[in-house]
Amino acid sequence: MSSHAPIIIVGAGQAGVQIAESLRQEGYGGELLLIGEEPHPPYQRPPLSKKWLFDAGNPVSLAIRGAEALARRRIELKLEARVERLDRGSTTLELASGERLSYSRVALATGSLPRVLPVPGATLQGVLCLRGIADSAAIAAAIRRCASEQRPVVVIGGGFIGLEVAAGARKLGAAVTVLEGLPRLMSRVTAPIVSEAFEQLHRSHGVQFVFDAQVTELRGTREGHVAMVRTADGREFAAGCVVVGIGVTPDDRLAAEAGLPCERGIIVDECSRTADPMIVAAGDCTARRLADGRLLRLESVQNAVEQGKSAAAALMGRERPFYATPWFWSDQYDVKLQMAGLSQGYDQVIVRGDVAKPAFSAFYLRAGRLIAVDSLNRIPDHMLAKRLLDNDLSPTAEQIADAGFDLHSLVRQSA
Amino acid sequence: MARVTYIEPDGRAVTLEVATGHSVMSAAMEAGLEGIEAQCGGNMACATCHCYVQDPWLERLPPPGEDERLMLQNVAAERRDNSRLSCQLIVRPELEGLTVEFPERQS
Repeated sequence: MSSHAPIIIVGAGQAGVQIAESLRQEGYGGELLLIGEEPHPPYQRPPLSKKWLFDAGNPVSLAIRGAEALARRRIELKLEARVERLDRGSTTLELASGERLSYSRVALATGSLPRVLPVPGATLQGVLCLRGIADSAAIAAAIRRCASEQRPVVVIGGGFIGLEVAAGARKLGAAVTVLEGLPRLMSRVTAPIVSEAFEQLHRSHGVQFVFDAQVTELRGTREGHVAMVRTADGREFAAGCVVVGIGVTPDDRLAAEAGLPCERGIIVDECSRTADPMIVAAGDCTARRLADGRLLRLESVQNAVEQGKSAAAALMGRERPFYATPWFWSDQYDVKLQMAGLSQGYDQVIVRGDVAKPAFSAFYLRAGRLIAVDSLNRIPDHMLAKRLLDNDLSPTAEQIADAGFDLHSLVRQSA
Repeated sequence: MARVTYIEPDGRAVTLEVATGHSVMSAAMEAGLEGIEAQCGGNMACATCHCYVQDPWLERLPPPGEDERLMLQNVAAERRDNSRLSCQLIVRPELEGLTVEFPERQS
């Protein structure tokens, strides 16, 4: 290994650019190469299923950093380059072009890949999934075509991506049917009362839902364009296009093939270190080993940013563990969903606010302690929840249920 | 388009040409300014693009909406009368010379 070889960051998304910039802030003065597969400098992905999807007339800038800003920090950007292989023995990366690059250390920020529908017809034209700008543009174009030809958009998957795309499709004037495999929306991450509020919201905007829908086959026209979705109970749904949003898989291919421990994600510790001291990983591509042995996989900007900072510190030989409360958001029509904490494993849900409006928060408790809060159009609750959870403070169930009790007083007391 | 001046937490002033319709936040992010995080990318979900609007610009801007006012109650740095979220400040030619200052911390 040459110590003059650059640190190479694979993946020019949110986590990758964070690692690069944090390395400079940490005082790294050597060469730094940021490699991305797409033709774009680092950009934000969350708007791709939200505003950017349906609001083409509005110049929403997606840029996280322009090429100039990176150049000023001596971060070399290599775009439209795919890394095929990580060779730890010779400390080189092999690109799809055949080029080989020596590294001193490597940061993996390869993100995640949309899960592919495992049924016949999944590769027909007009079957779309969302990862990058090109995908979002293709989805928007297909939805517009559906709207003008009065053909329905079928969305497979009633999670964040599916629902945001459904809302966007309604804004663009297309008829939308959402097929969800489970009995309710976003069931992996929210309580039934939140799922029901979003179902109601979408229905009021004309979206149709089919629950417990097991898609078995997509059928196409003679020209190979999708035309119909069939479910296990024999029902058929005409489709002008199909948008698949059934979750993502961490892209741990390079690490796994290089023999690094992976388990649906590159296994890292709380400082974003892999099993190889020369290699760190951050963002959606990771599975973080917790103190109790469980693996935590988070798909969020916050996680990409914080793990990115930790990864950069680790490359400089410093420990910067990250423990902040996870948070997420979604925009659907005029409802802003903000989530703080992880609700999995809750045994009690208490609601504050007006469910019908909707403007309420669902407080999740386990064994009497607050573990998460989902807020719909209740911004102050969300900000408060982050503070409570960050400081390991918990209101009692009675305090949450008492609309007259000021939960902010708990934060003030501890300050 | 308008020229917008940003004062970084260390006092350095940076002037950027910002296209009409873009936010004060997005231009600062693209240019890699230090004093801003903007984790949510302008969705008003994080309050990490907080800025102080310098005189005389505060009254020339459309007032904050309900969501922004609520988010401003939770910024990490001191909230002042001239606190705004830069993602909500949309540039137009009349804002030529707009000057905003970033607080010492965003999160």
